[in-house]
This record gives sequence, C-alpha cells and structure tokens, in this order.
Amino acid sequence: MSLTGGELEAATAIDVGGDVAAIEGRSLLAIAWRRLKADKLAMAGGVVVILLVLIAAFANVLQRIYGQSYLDQHNAGSSQLLDPLTSMPKGAFGGVSSTHWLGITPVLGQDVLSLLLFGARTSLLIAVSATILALVLGVTLGLAAGYYGGWIDMIISRAMDVLLSFPVLLMSISLLTVLSIYSSSDKLRYLVIIFVLGFFPPGFPYIGRIVRGQVLSLREKEFVEASRSLGASNLWIMRKEIAPNLVGPILVYTTLTIPTNILGEAGLSFLGVGVQPPTPSWGQMLSDAGKYFQIDPTYLVLPGLAIFISVLAFNLLGDGLRDALDPKSGR
Amino acid sequence: MFRFIAFRLIGALAVLWVVSVVTFVLFQLGPALSHTSPVYYYIGRVPFPKGSLQLKLLEHRFGFDLPLWEQYGHFMKGILLGQNISDGVSAPIHCSAPCFGYSFRQNELVGTLLLRAAPVSISLCIGAALMWLVGGVTVGTISALRPGSIGDRIGMIGSLAAVSLPIFFTGPLMLLVFEYKLGWLNDPQYVSVFHDPIGWVKSLILPWICLAFLFAALYARLTRSNMLEVMGEDYIRTARAKGLDRRTVVVKHGLRAALTPIVTIFGIDIGTLIGSTVITETVFNLRGLGYLSIHSISTQDLPVIMGVTLVAAVALVLSNVIVDILYSVIDPRVSR
Repeated sequence: MSLTGGELEAATAIDVGGDVAAIEGRSLLAIAWRRLKADKLAMAGGVVVILLVLIAAFANVLQRIYGQSYLDQHNAGSSQLLDPLTSMPKGAFGGVSSTHWLGITPVLGQDVLSLLLFGARTSLLIAVSATILALVLGVTLGLAAGYYGGWIDMIISRAMDVLLSFPVLLMSISLLTVLSIYSSSDKLRYLVIIFVLGFFPPGFPYIGRIVRGQVLSLREKEFVEASRSLGASNLWIMRKEIAPNLVGPILVYTTLTIPTNILGEAGLSFLGVGVQPPTPSWGQMLSDAGKYFQIDPTYLVLPGLAIFISVLAFNLLGDGLRDALDPKSGR
Repeated sequence: MFRFIAFRLIGALAVLWVVSVVTFVLFQLGPALSHTSPVYYYIGRVPFPKGSLQLKLLEHRFGFDLPLWEQYGHFMKGILLGQNISDGVSAPIHCSAPCFGYSFRQNELVGTLLLRAAPVSISLCIGAALMWLVGGVTVGTISALRPGSIGDRIGMIGSLAAVSLPIFFTGPLMLLVFEYKLGWLNDPQYVSVFHDPIGWVKSLILPWICLAFLFAALYARLTRSNMLEVMGEDYIRTARAKGLDRRTVVVKHGLRAALTPIVTIFGIDIGTLIGSTVITETVFNLRGLGYLSIHSISTQDLPVIMGVTLVAAVALVLSNVIVDILYSVIDPRVSR
C-alpha cells in the first residue's frame, strides 16, 4: 500500500504548508504512513483486511484446492454424514472431519468452510460497492453544497436531514420485500441491497455532512483565493485545490463504513430480506444456525466469528488511520 | 426561543409529511409491480377472478379505484380525524383518530396492534439505554483519566470489539450460555412491568445486555474523547489549583461539560432505536414493534406495515425535536 503518490503529496502539502517544510518536506500522508506503521493493532487489522480481500477474490480457487463445494448437499436419508433421525451432522463440533474441515450444516449438509469462503465474497462485494456509492454521492453533493452555498446548499442539506430522520431499517426491509414480490433476479437484489446500504444513513448523508463541513472552511483558505485570482474555474478549484485535501477524512470514512455495511448486509440477510440462497452469506448462515444452536453451536459460532473478525479488522485499521491522519494527535 | 421552537416543529411536520408520502408510495409499488389487485395486500387473498365485477366492487369499497393522491388523502384523513371501517357484512367499527386502518389478516385495528406492541419495544429501549449510558460513560471517563494506560487501552480496544459484534451473533450465544447451559433463565416470556417487575426484568435482561453492549462501546469512545478535550481546558486547571479534590473536579467540572454533546446523541439514539429493534426482537422472540413489522412484512399486511413505519418515524422526528429544544436551553447560542 503506497500512500505517497506524487499528486497527493503535492496537494496535501499545501494544506499544512509551514509544518511540512519544518519536517524535511515530508507530506501529510507520508507522516501518516509512518505513524500507522508504528501502530501494531492497526497494522494487524490491515493484514487481516488484505487476507479477507484475497479470500473473497480467490474463493473459487481456494475451494478447488480444498475440494468441497457448498453446492453439494448431503441428505439424511442417503448420506453417512447426517443423523438419519435428527438431520444433525454426526461427529464432534458439527461434523468436523478430514474432508469437511469445519463441519457441515444441519439438514442440508453443506460444507461450512466453503460457505464461509463464498460468504466473504458476498459480504465484501456488497459492503465495498455500497461504500463506493455512499462516497460518490456524499463527496459530490457535499462538495457542491459546501462550495456553492446558498440555495444549492439549502436543498442538499435539507434532503440529507430528511433522510437522517427516516426509519431506514423498516424502509429497507419493506423495499426489499416489495422487490421480491416483483422479481427473483439476483442481480437486481444485489443492486437494491447496495442502494439501501449506500443511500440511507449511515451512508451518503454522513459523508455528505463531513465533506460539506470541511469544504466550508477550505473554500475560505488563501490557496483557494490565490487559485481563483489566477483565473481558475469553479470546477478546477473543486477538483484540483479542494478535493485533494479531503483525501484524509475520506480514507478514514471509507475504512469505517465498510464494516458498518458488512454488518448491515449480514443483518438484512439474517432477517431473510438480503442475499437469498443458494448464494452464501454470513448473515443467512447465522439465521439458519439460530434454529439449531442448542444442538450444533459450532455452526453458530463460525459465521459469527467470521463477521466479528472482519468487522473488527476494518475498525482497527480505520481507527489507526484516523489517529495517524489527525494532525493534532501527538503520537 | 419561541420562534426557534416553532420553526423546529414546522420542520418536523414537514419531515413527517415527506415520510408519510414516501411510505405510501413505496407500498403502492408492491401491487403495481406485481400486477396483483391491491385487495390482496389488505385481506390476504383475491377472492374473485381478475376483471370480474365482484372484484371491481371490492376494489371500489376499499377505494382502490380512486386516483393515488385521493387514496393518500383518505389515509391521512383517517389518521388525523378517524374513520368508520366496514367489511360490508358486519356493522362498521368506528376507529377514532389516530386511525391507521384495519388489519383484515389479524382481524384487529392496526392501532390496537401497535398499542400492544409498543410497551415491549419501549421497555426494551429504556432498559438498554440506561445500561449503555451508565456503562459507556463510566468506561469512557476511566479511560480518559489515564490516557495511554493499560486500562485505557483495554477499554478502547474492548469497545472497538463490542461494536464489531452483531446482535444476531451475541444474542443466540447468550441464550445458549445462560438459558441452555447454565439454566439461569427458563425461557422467560414478556410480562408488563406493572404486573410482575421481576418477571419483566428476567424477560428483558439478555436483550438489554446485548443492545447495551453495542451502544455502550460508542458512548465510551465518545465520552473519552470529550473528556480528554475538557480536562485540558483552563478552568479545570483553575479548579485543581484552588485545591478541589480530584473527584469533584472530574465529576462536577469535567463530566458535566463532557456530557452535553452525549445527551444530544442519546436522545436521537433512543428515537432511532424504537423503530429499529427488529433484529433484537427477532432473536429473543419479543413481540414488540420490530416483531410486528417483520411479521406483517412477511405476510404482506399492508396497513400494519404503514402504521409501524409511521410510528417509527414519529418517534425519530419527535426525539430530534426534543433534543434540539433541550440543547437550545442548555446552550442558548443554538437558537439564535
């Protein structure tokens, strides 16, 4: 991860002008990177995040190496793996064996490790896409509101206020239910989940407010005035002068929104309105495990741990980034 | 001050109006997209063949043949003024304002269903809120008093871990440990606090802990950063310099200032929570507003879904207004 792109360096150096010169011309991001490297917990979080991304990206390769697929079901009648009476996996810890490393699910007898691998893909795909949607909307509208002010600011800010007082969870559930009446398309469902997570708070209205606040103070800075006096257009100033200064907060916000969206997706899938089987999802697994947890607690603990570890990793990284990028923190 | 409150109330009404329109339109989407008669979403089946005279008459009785804005008008009129509801066979029932309509699926007025579910959700929210406020502020304050110490590190990492735990994981886990393994609780059912206070606590203690855990973490982090800022102020040094003991300085001078922004967030969180305890209520099988909403969504019981959504919106908007007004009392600069 290289944070010292030339462009960013030049742009962020403007913001803290004097300070940077005093410490041998290092850019804010270079300083942040040095601080982050010293933060062991944040680095640990970062490593887990990279691992997660790799798992999600290469889930099919990993599955081929491992040799079991979640698509293969075992039923209690013909398979030796499930108890014919209760349909519960035979053996300790939910049927852990040398072929099924993390056991199999009750009733359907799917391989749990394979479900977890592909669950990571579903989870990250939705969480990251929703975060990108929130960023694009939030940064564009926040920039416009903060920079132009007046009635543009009025309309955008009011719209965000209204969104913030929506019972969003109920709205999301209803929207997704209405959708399933209309169509059973998986792609459409993905898109609506991404929309719901990115558009409703805490999605774009939060980043919109943060960006707006930053821009309000940035647009009064001397370097913006200088640029304007040189004849720069509004779009140029927003793109070249103001946007680079938003990199820090946006970076922090991104790493802290992804875990919220992971939890959001898992929650919707838990309630049965998110990702539908056979597409695996951690939330869905937990919802299924909730029916059997007295007999097969392993099946409950595994997807729960998967969610916990990924969300914690992103949170640790985001928290470390915030400390590292905060010019006030003395570490 | 009066102007400020008036403006806030008008703003709140505007927001509620937008919410009611969006909710109404959203739920018209279902019938429109699936080409089913809207009758289905009211009584759970379409009793007559498509295009038949009987079906048209039935749609006419419910007013589905009217233009959308007129249907919305009727809906709002019912809420504001009340209405008479009839199934055409038995005598009409008078449903006084605020009337959210009648659930033909559950054979009850939506208002009755809401009134029965609300105490469960409110109990859940109040208990959890007290726990997380006390817990979060305590952990945050202790952390802030010795920044960088081992206690601080544990508190902050612990709270980061706590916000990373979803209720649909901690909930079943707690049920497993405390109900099935240790047997401390015996599948308690919700009872009203006025009937049986101990039973009430027993039925809600696990959900309270789960919910409180999630929020306490955020409050701990917030309290810590606010406290750190406040304890660096000059007046704290003055208070210390004049010889006040540490306890008085921390509690009376420090905490009081650090808590003001937390009060704001607390109010809004409770307002939001009342409409979003869906997952907690599902996990612990509590029959509150969240359960009512998910149940009526899965049976496609339109009048109930609309009622719950609107009630959740009212709770949210009201808590926003109350917090704003309280805040302008605490800090008069806000209302200018």
